[in-house]
Amino acid sequence: MKARKKFLVGSGIIVATLLALAYVGYTQSKTYYHTISELPTLQGSTLHQRMRVSGNVRAGSISRRDGRVNFVLEEQGKDLSVSYVGNDPLPDTFKDGAQALVEGRLMPEGGFVAEQVQAKCASKYEASPIGAPVASDKGPNKG
Amino acid sequence: MDIFGSFALLLAFLATVYAFVAGIVGILTRRTLLAKSARNAGMAVFGLITLAVASLEYFFFTDDFSLAYVAAHSNHALPIYYKFSALWAGQEGSLLWWSWLLSIYVFFALFLNRKKHPELMPYVGVTLAGVQTFFLILNNFVASPFHVLASADSAGVMHMARLSEGSGLNPLLQYPEMVIHPPMLYLGYTGFTIPFAFALAALLGRYPGEKWIHITRRWTMVAWCFQGIGVLLGAHWAYAVLGWGGYWAWDPVENAALLPWITGTAFLHSVMMQEKRGMMRVWNVWLVFITFMLCILGTSLTRTGIVSSVHAFAESSIGGWFFGFLAIVFVVCLAAWYKNRDYLRSDNQLDSLVSRESSFLFNNLILLAACFAVLWGTLFPVLSEWVTGNKISVGPPFFNKVNVPIALFLLFLTGVGPLLAWRKTSTDALKRNFAWPLAGGLLAGGAGFAFGFRSFYPLVCLILSAFVTLTIFSEFYRGARVIASRDGSNLLSAVGELTMRNTRRYGGYVVHFAMVLIFVGIAGSAFNQDIQKELKVGQSLTIGPYTILCQNFDQPSTDNYQSERATLEVFRNGHSQMMLYPERRLFLASQVTETIVANESTPVHDLYVVYAGRSPDTNLPVIHAYLNPLVKWIWFGGIVMVLGTCLAMIPDRRPAMVLRPATERPWSDTIARRAGGSPAASPVTSSPIRKSGPHD
Repeated sequence: MKARKKFLVGSGIIVATLLALAYVGYTQSKTYYHTISELPTLQGSTLHQRMRVSGNVRAGSISRRDGRVNFVLEEQGKDLSVSYVGNDPLPDTFKDGAQALVEGRLMPEGGFVAEQVQAKCASKYEASPIGAPVASDKGPNKG
Repeated sequence: MDIFGSFALLLAFLATVYAFVAGIVGILTRRTLLAKSARNAGMAVFGLITLAVASLEYFFFTDDFSLAYVAAHSNHALPIYYKFSALWAGQEGSLLWWSWLLSIYVFFALFLNRKKHPELMPYVGVTLAGVQTFFLILNNFVASPFHVLASADSAGVMHMARLSEGSGLNPLLQYPEMVIHPPMLYLGYTGFTIPFAFALAALLGRYPGEKWIHITRRWTMVAWCFQGIGVLLGAHWAYAVLGWGGYWAWDPVENAALLPWITGTAFLHSVMMQEKRGMMRVWNVWLVFITFMLCILGTSLTRTGIVSSVHAFAESSIGGWFFGFLAIVFVVCLAAWYKNRDYLRSDNQLDSLVSRESSFLFNNLILLAACFAVLWGTLFPVLSEWVTGNKISVGPPFFNKVNVPIALFLLFLTGVGPLLAWRKTSTDALKRNFAWPLAGGLLAGGAGFAFGFRSFYPLVCLILSAFVTLTIFSEFYRGARVIASRDGSNLLSAVGELTMRNTRRYGGYVVHFAMVLIFVGIAGSAFNQDIQKELKVGQSLTIGPYTILCQNFDQPSTDNYQSERATLEVFRNGHSQMMLYPERRLFLASQVTETIVANESTPVHDLYVVYAGRSPDTNLPVIHAYLNPLVKWIWFGGIVMVLGTCLAMIPDRRPAMVLRPATERPWSDTIARRAGGSPAASPVTSSPIRKSGPHD
């Protein structure tokens, strides 16, 4: 019975440590999802959170300058100008009209600084030939 | 042909429904003949799904774009092996592929046991048929790959249509590993169905003894190995194809594949507690159940769009089916356990904290914690939206913070656990078994510190890796020395003899060693470096010991793609080392560009060079170079893992001569002590406590 108690104490310590680590990791990396139309309504601390925003890349808006990539995301008629400052090369699927998910923070003067950009190919895989009930997988299937 | 395929699929569905219903009736009425016919129907499903798969492949190979699925995932110029793998490139085809692989497992599980366990197998057959029924419902009625293309004319009458060209296979999937990675991963996912069926069957049928646990363990090893290969191949594919310099991003789909592997690992360890000590029966049954449910969850995560992933299929209505099925499975498991919980009572209690039992308990606790953390992090966007209305996701820092210490603790247990005795280990034995490995580990740590390893986790990983490696080698050495001195053979052949006498134990050590290799490789990522630069012809960049000089740019092309390519010469210490050709391809059918990485991989480090595209300002090519230490150790560890698992599956060779009856415990204990192992796991002869043998 003593061994059992020792085991339970040991487990308790391990679980408590992991919970603490999980909490630290959570606060460091938690990211909120927002839509572009939601952004103007954000107030207070929510303005400075790390967040993800998705939208379509406006055709012709992509420009590169001083190591940054600037572009405009559109969603339901609303715009957001985004500046990508990350080091990783942008995904191949990132181009005019692509559906993109950016991760980063809002700037006080408006605009968005993205540290990560994910993109899905715009419409290629959605287009169903001759109105067929076709499979529409947008991304690469890995599993 | 499309009618042929869909008809075969429909027959498969009917056969499996028959196997399910007739199996249940057979069990209830105790009619052997009915149970037999249910079993035969279960085996026939394999043949019928094979016909459906063959017929779909026929469409791909003949470039017949009258099927919507074929038109969406292939084109004329696609190389022939990718036409084969295009079968599982989309939702419908990959579900058919799932069903087919499952039917192979079912066939073999039923066929190999057709003359064994007459009390158990009918339950197994019913469970398997239940799972197959679900997937065949999806194949037939929800996501059929045999939809034909048709269009309505002005009068509203539908006409069959055949496209002259398909949209092509997603170029990211046009990579040799994509021909083998999904089959491996799916063989893992589907394979866990078999242990699940045996566990549920044993519980429902209250099958006496621990025989079912031996069967379950073997099948779990098969599925576990495939799942491990699948995960590693997936990581390797991401590394080699996606061009971001890493192999693991805690993406939901990667996590989904990892989860059943983690619980499967936990089961493969805790099963020994049940075999040797009659403990943890409830725990084991639930581990098998949870592993299976995680497989279903993993399969559904890619298909439902509930968590956003770069790998996921488009959002579809199929999620409801999966969650309905998961709910049914959970309720069945819960009911079966509740009704038969007295069947799973434990024989023994934990005797000491310093014992093999307790190392297994900690191993399971920590693996389950890892599983829970990964699952929680993966589903967090969904859970947080339910609870607070805000969709919040967590990133790699969360997963790494929790899982890195867990992994290192596991590594520690890998070294310690196998050398602890069952029940209780004496201080004396601790000193004898651990003094040298511990000294070696600390020595390696000291050397690492002197050479500039200053960050905490890599240093701990180095110490533990050396420690575990030494314990493994000392186990082989001590066992082999006993055999060598008795038989007069040399030490090397004694190692072979030792391994073949207890393949399970020594195969397990080989797998442990594989994990050390993988850990070393992952720890190397703490020292990754990278640089990105625009390069004109004649300009160069420097990373680590290498200088990369840009020689040329050209545009090679084929029928399938157009390409932009850089020719780079790599210098080290002023000497030319090699040429690298990073590339970007534009695939013509799909109009998608893809990065072809140039990776020069050595055991020390990978020089990983990406043609990142042209700068829009200057129109100069941008080269991104990474120097990733020790990555190759991960892939090599994967190969060792497979070899170790195969070794553990070989039946034990009986010792050439039996000196004493195995029931005389003191003798076998003495030998085992001389061999340095624990009494319960003597390498030399089978002790009375060991229940496993060539039969399991």
